[in-house]
Amino acid sequence: MVRSYVLLAWTWTRAATAYPVSFALMTVFGLVVAGMDLAVILIIFANTTSLGGFGREEVLFLYGTASLAFTLADLLFSNLDRVSQHIRAGSLDTVLIRPVSAWIQLATDRFFPARIGRVLQAAAVLWYAVAALELERLWMVPLMVVCGLVIFAALWTFAGALQFVLTDAPEVVNAFTYGSGAYVQHPLSIYGKELVRATTFVLPLAFVNWLPGLYVLGRRDPLGLPSWAGLLAPAAALILLALSGLAWRQGIRHYRSTGS
Amino acid sequence: MPTCGHGLLSFPHAPEVTAIYLYPTLILYGFRKHATYVWAALAGAFTNSVFGILRAYVLIALWQARPHLGGYDVVDAVTFCFVTQAMIGPMQLFGGGLGIPERIRSGDIALDLVRPASLQAWTLAEDLGRAAYLLVVRGLPPTLLGALLFGLTHPDGPDRWALFGLSFLLGVVVSFAWRYLVALSVCWLIDERGVATVSMILMTFFSGLALPLTIFPGWLGELARSLPFAAMVQVPIDVYLGKGDGLAFQVLWAAVLLALGAAGTRLVRHKVVIQGG
Amino acid sequence: MIELQGAGRSFKVKRQVVHAVQDLTFRVEPGEFVGYLGPNGAGKSTTIKMLCGILTPTSGRVRVAGLDPSRKRTTLARRIGVVFGQRTTLWWDLPLKDSFELIRLLYKVDRKLFASRLEEMVETLDLAEFLARPVRQLSLGQRMRGDLAAALLHGPDLLVLDEPTIGLDVVSKAGIRDFLQRTNAERGTTVLLTTHDLGDIERLCRRVMVIDHGRLGFDGTLEDLMAGQSSLEEVVTRLYTGSLQ
Ligand SMILES: Nc1ncnc2c1ncn2[C@@H]1O[C@H](COP(=O)(O)OP(=O)(O)O)[C@@H](O)[C@H]1O
Ligand SMILES: [Mg+2]
Repeated sequence: MVRSYVLLAWTWTRAATAYPVSFALMTVFGLVVAGMDLAVILIIFANTTSLGGFGREEVLFLYGTASLAFTLADLLFSNLDRVSQHIRAGSLDTVLIRPVSAWIQLATDRFFPARIGRVLQAAAVLWYAVAALELERLWMVPLMVVCGLVIFAALWTFAGALQFVLTDAPEVVNAFTYGSGAYVQHPLSIYGKELVRATTFVLPLAFVNWLPGLYVLGRRDPLGLPSWAGLLAPAAALILLALSGLAWRQGIRHYRSTGS
Repeated sequence: MPTCGHGLLSFPHAPEVTAIYLYPTLILYGFRKHATYVWAALAGAFTNSVFGILRAYVLIALWQARPHLGGYDVVDAVTFCFVTQAMIGPMQLFGGGLGIPERIRSGDIALDLVRPASLQAWTLAEDLGRAAYLLVVRGLPPTLLGALLFGLTHPDGPDRWALFGLSFLLGVVVSFAWRYLVALSVCWLIDERGVATVSMILMTFFSGLALPLTIFPGWLGELARSLPFAAMVQVPIDVYLGKGDGLAFQVLWAAVLLALGAAGTRLVRHKVVIQGG
Repeated sequence: MIELQGAGRSFKVKRQVVHAVQDLTFRVEPGEFVGYLGPNGAGKSTTIKMLCGILTPTSGRVRVAGLDPSRKRTTLARRIGVVFGQRTTLWWDLPLKDSFELIRLLYKVDRKLFASRLEEMVETLDLAEFLARPVRQLSLGQRMRGDLAAALLHGPDLLVLDEPTIGLDVVSKAGIRDFLQRTNAERGTTVLLTTHDLGDIERLCRRVMVIDHGRLGFDGTLEDLMAGQSSLEEVVTRLYTGSLQ
């Protein structure tokens, strides 16, 4: 699995870096585009000292962990949301005759390493926040990022699976993937309680950075979940990943190809 | 993607006919062309609605901390959020939508340039049709949803509505004039993605879509409020909320950008005709 | 090598059910060279897609090389080679030789074995002059030769071709026919071929199957199909327009 992924990704990387100047430019621009979300947070904190009960560094910590997980998933798996394009172009047939799983082939299709710019931006913010906050449960941070990455990978897998059905309106899944990414950038305490409950127990977005983040920051959950709830993040991530895998298999099994 | 002007070569060319009917026809044409992408537009409306909800919560949290920030109350702020989401489609705030870069690369632009009508006016007419279509399909759903979930305000009285309509139209024109310049720049660039990205940042961040420009601090706020991007979102929404009448500002930027675009068209024609593309 | 038992595939189109293939039963033994004929929309491509595991059959049973294609698709992929005449299986933006290299890595072909196979392919299919060019710049004939090589580089036991000669000129067609015949004769690769070109059938296929409206109408040797008549074209025209028994 990993070997095939690296092989295919490397092939596309070579193609993308054939024009180094434009590649470097795209990396920098990616960094700047991602910086816009950061700028929004900084402008908010130019006007207030707390958002949803959290100070600037705490919000940047939540933003940093969420963005790092999201941008990594975007780099590694976001091409999965082009399933419907492949269906319409007929290229999914070609994918299915190779001895490598379709999931890996589609995730790496047109792998675009310049997206690393956004990852670096997120990492820099997280670095700053962690340094500023002097956290006690620092060991939890890498685990948070990995769990977040797995959750977003699962979301993109769902998005791809959904496109086997929604061939006509593939953009709908953007609301789901990018929307989730935007959702967890801010402390969930600003949202309506029903929304937070739904994203804890139905779609476990709260496990990306919110519940584990509260644990790391030593803060109490406004909805009253115990502090160890954050430690359930790996379980939530794995369950979601397994479900998305099942959805993906269903998608492939129900693939109709195109009548010629 | 839609391309500009395709299929229009067969338009009757008798000058007295074109003078009166050409541009309305083009507007209608732009409207219909986008009507074929109805699913994409509805999906866009859905995405804009979802982001509208997320943003609304952020603004509510901010306005709870600072109740009269930027001259808005919390209902104004939520209205700001949904109406600006509704503007993404009509104002094409993520850029593009003109089809000119594709035609420059394929060389078809030469055909567009020899038509009796100006390329700029022609493209503007089509873009107005596009904006009208997206206003309905991508603009209304987020606004209605916002009104339903959070309760929004609206312009008080027909005068304000009319003023908003005018300001909105001017916003589309400024947005077009800017995107037209960006599109023409392809003529001089090898890889236009860089310019497209910079344009996208300017149009989303400095228009007021990301956050109201009135809460940008210090010099950044003053800069943002004087750039043409403010004419695309911030000014129309302030007219909507009854917080200001920046129509003169919009007219000014529309004139400047359209004039630059006209000059750019001449340069492109020169380049295509004299240097052969 | 191939075994179908009552295999069928239907599609729901606007609330109506279209039976693309119904109740198909046949066997293909190792080493055979089979032509698969039928008018447009008869169900040829659908059958082939079921054989490679692209489409899951809605009824019946399909076995290829002893495997259920839709469940063991990636395992089966190592044992079969597939060519679609209508579209390439190569990577559009990569030079042909990079596509081949990627195939070596994906199919985990031994480096030495691969080199010798590639050398042979380059010679017999005359690939040398465009090996370094990206696939999107190749002519149809060149691309098809590239696709054929790509389908055989991992040494499959079965080669499935869906209209490989479509749109090719006379010379390219002849080259491809020669190559297919040699592959079948010298390596013993089983070949299943759909085509609208009766020349392909006459030159290559010992056995012919004809399908219409998703059902198998004829399965036998070329001689049986001709049944003493002189022109294959006449026979086939009659089969396509009249009713299949
Ligand atoms: N993905 C699909 N969706 C709907 N109908 C299809 C699909 N694929 C094939 N068909 C229908 O099934 C029939 C057989 O198609 P096909 O196998 O492509 O025929 P052939 O390859 O013999 O020309 C046709 O009527 C075609 O319209
Ligand atoms: Mg076919």
